[in-house]
Amino acid sequence: MTTMTIQDHQQAGPLAELNPASLPQSPAWLQPMREQALARFNKLGLPTTRDEDWRFTNVAPIRDALLELSPNGQAVTLSQRDADTCAVPGVTGSRLVFVNGRFNASLSSIKPLPQGVRVLSLAEAIETEQALLKTHLGKLADFEDQPFTALNAALADDGVVVCVPRGKQVDEPIYLLNITTADKPLLINPRNLIVVEESAAVTVIEDYVSLNGEGVYLNNAVTEVVVGDNAHATHYMLDRESTEAFNISSLYSRQGRDSRFESHTALLGGSIVRNNVTSVLDGEGAWSQLNGLYVIRGDQTADNHMRVVHAKPHGDSRQFYKGIMNDRAKGVFRGRIVVDPDAQKTDAKQSNQNLLLSPDAGVNTDPQLEIFADDVKCTHGATIGQLNEEQVFYLRSRGVPYDTARAMIIYAFASETIDRMGCEPIRRLLKGQLLDRLPAGEVLKKIL
Amino acid sequence: MLEIKNLHARIEDNEILKGLDLTINPGEVHSIMGPNGSGKSTLAQVLAGREDYEVTEGSITYNGKDLLDLSPDERAGEGVFMAFQYPVEIPGVTNTQFLHAAINAQRKYRGQDEIDAIEFLKLAKQKRQMMKIDDSLLSRSVNEGFSGGEKKRHEIYQMAMLEPKLAILDETDSGLDIDALRIVADGVNSLRGSDRSFVVITHYQRLLSYVVPDFIHVLYKGKIVRSGGKELALELEEKGYAWIEEQIEAAAV
Repeated sequence: MTTMTIQDHQQAGPLAELNPASLPQSPAWLQPMREQALARFNKLGLPTTRDEDWRFTNVAPIRDALLELSPNGQAVTLSQRDADTCAVPGVTGSRLVFVNGRFNASLSSIKPLPQGVRVLSLAEAIETEQALLKTHLGKLADFEDQPFTALNAALADDGVVVCVPRGKQVDEPIYLLNITTADKPLLINPRNLIVVEESAAVTVIEDYVSLNGEGVYLNNAVTEVVVGDNAHATHYMLDRESTEAFNISSLYSRQGRDSRFESHTALLGGSIVRNNVTSVLDGEGAWSQLNGLYVIRGDQTADNHMRVVHAKPHGDSRQFYKGIMNDRAKGVFRGRIVVDPDAQKTDAKQSNQNLLLSPDAGVNTDPQLEIFADDVKCTHGATIGQLNEEQVFYLRSRGVPYDTARAMIIYAFASETIDRMGCEPIRRLLKGQLLDRLPAGEVLKKIL
Repeated sequence: MLEIKNLHARIEDNEILKGLDLTINPGEVHSIMGPNGSGKSTLAQVLAGREDYEVTEGSITYNGKDLLDLSPDERAGEGVFMAFQYPVEIPGVTNTQFLHAAINAQRKYRGQDEIDAIEFLKLAKQKRQMMKIDDSLLSRSVNEGFSGGEKKRHEIYQMAMLEPKLAILDETDSGLDIDALRIVADGVNSLRGSDRSFVVITHYQRLLSYVVPDFIHVLYKGKIVRSGGKELALELEEKGYAWIEEQIEAAAV
């Protein structure tokens, strides 16, 4: 439990203390959640490095950024061309564009979807999907000890609601393009709810990108994914924020029996980035894969917090996270696997591998197991290393120059993670961005 | 083509080569034999440019150039190739990417045009057949999950692709069964030619029945102590390295 000190409240801005007047207008059924979240946030305050969960990441720069709430209803002009420039090239399917956290219908296009599939903005869903939201909104994203989730629950008034009814499959991904144009230090709280009913399937891409690659702001996103029995949900989180920006993303999933959940994450941008993934395997035979890559440089921080909970027997979970840190960048990986007493025959695997490219780069990796069942298979492993000089020499001995040899090995390291991602345009984008950052990337582009 | 004079080399504080002399002319196959710890692999590593080894004295001249002045990749560009005793696994880099990068890097170094994917694949197919290497190897990661024999065959396949001027085989025969040894030997023999020289480093005489050298040198305590023709191998096989050791130690007393 967090104990607040006077000092933590000294800063102004919305993160010091939420005023009930800042809560968005909500229907009566939603108001209690907002008020509880607000009270909770004000009780918890922003975390400090004295909090176990935030030991390695100091969020003081976020608090000190004097963030302003994203103004409601105020139109931000953004051309279709700008929006297209920001998008991942080649991603087909429905695209929902958010500018500074507000759904922009004119920049968005929703393709024909199978009958009964709903894809709409949260603002609209609050009006029209009361039953769905009452059942699911906020049910996974517990904010009891999560200040940023509480902040989002109190303030979020836009985002996306996707509901895929029983047996329906959405073939093309649903692409949520979040563009921030910030000329002001905005606090944006995107909130998404994805409900995939029994035997249904969908892929949702959540992409955060800064217009012109600049701006100080915080995207504090929460996404809940409800995966029904035998359903298959795939989620992508792409962080391509400006290197001054902050991004705190919390993904919560709960799976039914025999279901599959895939989470793919790529963190490239942002000054301080926190990626929380909570995956609950709440049905027998569920399968969950959390696959992620963080590639950071300069003074970037990328902090990954995984929590995988096996609540029922015969669940399989896989966590594969890799990090590449250059300059003074700092990576964090904290992965916890919890196996409940009932979750016999669990097969849980966790791997975190890190590559440090500079003597000043660093990473903290901390795998944790909490196992309360006796017939389970759980493995975890973490590695931190410099580039393998044996491999570099082998390539050089065949004529490959030093920079190219290094680049090939770094590229190969990251490719393993990227190649798990089923979405080809995303793979292409990530590989391209990776090569752009490597000294001999241009040479490699010709042969890879 | 290669002239090594009074070569002294050490790793950390350990002096391993202590005044080695060796001259190799174009087209010749020289075998370096010797007991464990005599410096055979060190010689291979120094020729390939491994930076862990420090040359403290002596010179290596290769085609008129100071080899020790060149980086490992420049040496490869100049036509030096070493088949590794323990080939390195590089997960995530496919054999195709690896060899295509290597060939083009060498061509670039020599001021030649790079070859495109189609030309590369054509060449690779031809050489693969020669080394009896399965097509599935192309998309596999470099040496990853290869058996010992596959790794060694893959080294010779790389040699066939890169067509070096000076090939150093560092105990390529160690740990091979007789079928794999034959394939490796056939690969080496098919590459023999008047403009290509070989340094075949081996602990055992067996390989030399298949790859018949022009000269055999015995390396002992960092120096070449005996040189001769192919019959020297048979003598060594019969009498063992102890025979050489005794002779040397006796002469030193």
